[in-house]
Amino acid sequence: MKIDTASVPLPAWLEVIVIPILNIALALFFAGLIMLAIGVDPFEAVGYMVTGALGSDYAIGYTLYYTTNFIFTGLAVAVAFHASLFNIGGEGQAYIGGLGVTLVFLLLDSFLPALLLIPIGIMAAALFGAAWAFIPGWLQAHRGSHIVITTIMFNFIAASLMVYLLVNVLIQPGQMSPESRAFDPSAWMPAMHEFLGLFGMDVTRTPLNLSLLLALVCCVGVWLYIWRTRWGYELRTAGQSEAAAVYAGIRPKTVIVSAMCVSGALAGLMAVNEIMGVHHRLIMNFTAGYGFTGIAVALMGRNHPVGIVLASLLFGVLYQGGAELAFDIPLITREMVVAIQGLIILFSGALALMLRPWVVRVWLLFRRPDSLEPAHA
Amino acid sequence: MSTGAAAAVTQGEATGSLSNNPSGNALELRGITKRFGAVIANRDIDLAVRRGTIHGIVGENGAGKSTLMSILYGFYQADEGEILIGGKPADIRSSRDAIDAGIGMVHQHFMLVDTFSVLENVMLGAEQHALLDANAADARTELERLEREYGLTIDLQARVGELPVGEQQRTEILKALYRHAEILILDEPTGVLTPQEADQLFRVLQTLRERGVTVILITHKLREIMDITDTVSVLRMGEMVAHRETANTSMAELAELMVGRPLQSVNHLRAEALPADTELGIEVRGLRLVEEDGTVRLKNLDLSVRRGEILGVAGVAGNGQSELLEVLAGIRAPTAGDFVINGCEATATSLPDPSSMRALRVNHVPEDRLKLGLIKAFSAAESSVLGYHRAERISWRGLLRLSTIRRICTELMERFDVRPGNPLLRSGSFSGGNQQKLILARELDKAPEVLLVGQPTRGVDIGAIELIHEQLVQMRDAGCAILLVSVELDEIMALSDRIMVMYEGDIVGEVAGTRADKTELGLMMANAHEGPTT
Repeated sequence: MKIDTASVPLPAWLEVIVIPILNIALALFFAGLIMLAIGVDPFEAVGYMVTGALGSDYAIGYTLYYTTNFIFTGLAVAVAFHASLFNIGGEGQAYIGGLGVTLVFLLLDSFLPALLLIPIGIMAAALFGAAWAFIPGWLQAHRGSHIVITTIMFNFIAASLMVYLLVNVLIQPGQMSPESRAFDPSAWMPAMHEFLGLFGMDVTRTPLNLSLLLALVCCVGVWLYIWRTRWGYELRTAGQSEAAAVYAGIRPKTVIVSAMCVSGALAGLMAVNEIMGVHHRLIMNFTAGYGFTGIAVALMGRNHPVGIVLASLLFGVLYQGGAELAFDIPLITREMVVAIQGLIILFSGALALMLRPWVVRVWLLFRRPDSLEPAHA
Repeated sequence: MSTGAAAAVTQGEATGSLSNNPSGNALELRGITKRFGAVIANRDIDLAVRRGTIHGIVGENGAGKSTLMSILYGFYQADEGEILIGGKPADIRSSRDAIDAGIGMVHQHFMLVDTFSVLENVMLGAEQHALLDANAADARTELERLEREYGLTIDLQARVGELPVGEQQRTEILKALYRHAEILILDEPTGVLTPQEADQLFRVLQTLRERGVTVILITHKLREIMDITDTVSVLRMGEMVAHRETANTSMAELAELMVGRPLQSVNHLRAEALPADTELGIEVRGLRLVEEDGTVRLKNLDLSVRRGEILGVAGVAGNGQSELLEVLAGIRAPTAGDFVINGCEATATSLPDPSSMRALRVNHVPEDRLKLGLIKAFSAAESSVLGYHRAERISWRGLLRLSTIRRICTELMERFDVRPGNPLLRSGSFSGGNQQKLILARELDKAPEVLLVGQPTRGVDIGAIELIHEQLVQMRDAGCAILLVSVELDEIMALSDRIMVMYEGDIVGEVAGTRADKTELGLMMANAHEGPTT
């Protein structure tokens, strides 16, 4: 007999751990089929991927460096999502965040100490990211311009603006490549291998830097903000029902604008990892699509900081392991790696609930065998 | 339970109370059981409805009426049991199967396309030809036949969105008949109708019965059951507790069967009149509200509510009552006019927002509890501080005090008997009555001096209605000025010291609560401007 599986509540460990793992397994299964089709042993490929992402401190360093980016952009999407806003502009907000870092450092890095420069850089990244998100937020709140459309367009505007600035304004005189001058080392976010070296740990040099800690602090901050403060309460109220928000004396317009600013600030912080932590100068296209991947991260992480950390780790593994895979097995191209990532997003995001009915059935069988007895026994 | 046993029970019921001729049943349910997770919505339901009768199904909210009808119409499948139509087992897995089996459904919320004409709505989904014109011609011929046969007159060319609700409902009935429905199910059909429109509907239903159509009427209004049905079944907590011939039962018996205990009827009306010089809680002068598209929602209203008085606002839904509440609660700014509420002046340009209203001890129990009153996705605890989340007791320097919030919620739940009394449950998983009790608890707990109440008992069980009414009367006796908006005339008449009727944004009449007459009020609600016609 048919049961309505959607209405059956499952224990948290099944919802949050088992179903996502099943989804990923299914995605890997299909990825394996594709690899078989092009003549690659899928088990060998998975082996390369896992070793490439987690097999050494070098690999782990890279994986966590990617993870850092995804945590920032994933949190950005999640905050906006709780206010029922779909911020697709993380890419542009991060890009402009990088501009903020660069402008303050070009101005200040020659005379301020690191202790001041680093917080100033972080604040500049957040402020510029927030400012770039403020405009679509304001337009949505006061003019009804749809946030999805405006944030996408603002990505393009940000990209064009940055090309203009890098080619015409910020470029180092006498240089051919469109990038700013390097910042003074006092403005660099300390690298993880240097930081751990202070405690006598010998770690291979990777792009991983202390921005990871900042990202984790942001996770705690976002969790507090959304579920433990009255501003988060107002944000969730407005996100769930605008009418209820008005009834409760909350101004939905203010919530929209402020949620977008917080979201943009989080996206902007991605520039701390890339610009302050790795490149130490403003370069073109440093955002490299992390802003967009943040949408998938938030989706997979169910818009909860813990979920976002886990999803970011997974994407970090996919990025780093995928790069190694393409390097080790020539038959697997970068495009193939993107296809595998796509499968994981498909099964964990769009088809996230596909397996749930079966899980419910198995669980019911396991828990209460009596409830599934056939009607005409 | 085995089918054999179920059939035996049904036979027993059928020979006992419903019919001496089981083969004359248009519809028979045997041992229908439906579970949602651990909750059993329908338990072992047997039902037999004779062909060409009007059968009523009554039950409190959450008794399982909607689930049962959804099973019959193919939205859900039963976990156990079987459905027989015209004596033959039917396997209904979708609404298409139900239509093919001759079942038509008129939902509480109409399933019509507002921008289509009546004819187009009726045709929709039942077209025989690829070309619309051919369909329209066929449909017109058939509809004219149906109109003649059943006396369902309606302008086929009229745009559905522009028709009064009564005629929209008629369109739904035509839709079902056009699809050759022999069993017509109506879910709370009179909820949106004026008493006069309801009478017209009942005349149509009687004609349908004379022509051999079987009608199943789902309602919580016992008066309608007594007026029009031949037989009636009572659902309580998922179980069919009684089948009766309507002629052999009474409203009191049915109410008792529904609730499971005897009900005492209380007259809530104030024993003696208020002194004439009692201070006003609300005074409204020339209040006007016009939409951007020019629709007039409120036409220069003047009204006043004294402290210790309940002013009942009657009217068919959509005649400006909702807007009146919204303006007085500070949610919408009026276009013109002003009002004084608990001593505070408010005009079109300087309207206190809902927070300031709360600070003024003006509290508001909104009409639409799911859209305004609480957040379905929030825990009951979170919903129990909605609107008060800025108070220092609730959030200290912006940080929510979760344990305090939970304690507040637990106290409110105890005082208003909200079940289950668990503050961590999702607000949306409570029944309508319990949601309403939680919202009322939240607002009444603040000891309001002016209370705005919209539809306090819509979709609420009889048992909870008693409690809610008692609480409102207590507030009134404590000196609170109460503006009560409700579409339930019985409720208005049971509680109000004065009754005001609204029609198209205007006040079309006012009577003292003690002198209220249902027919008179109904006429005012229906066509105030033309004056009484019947």
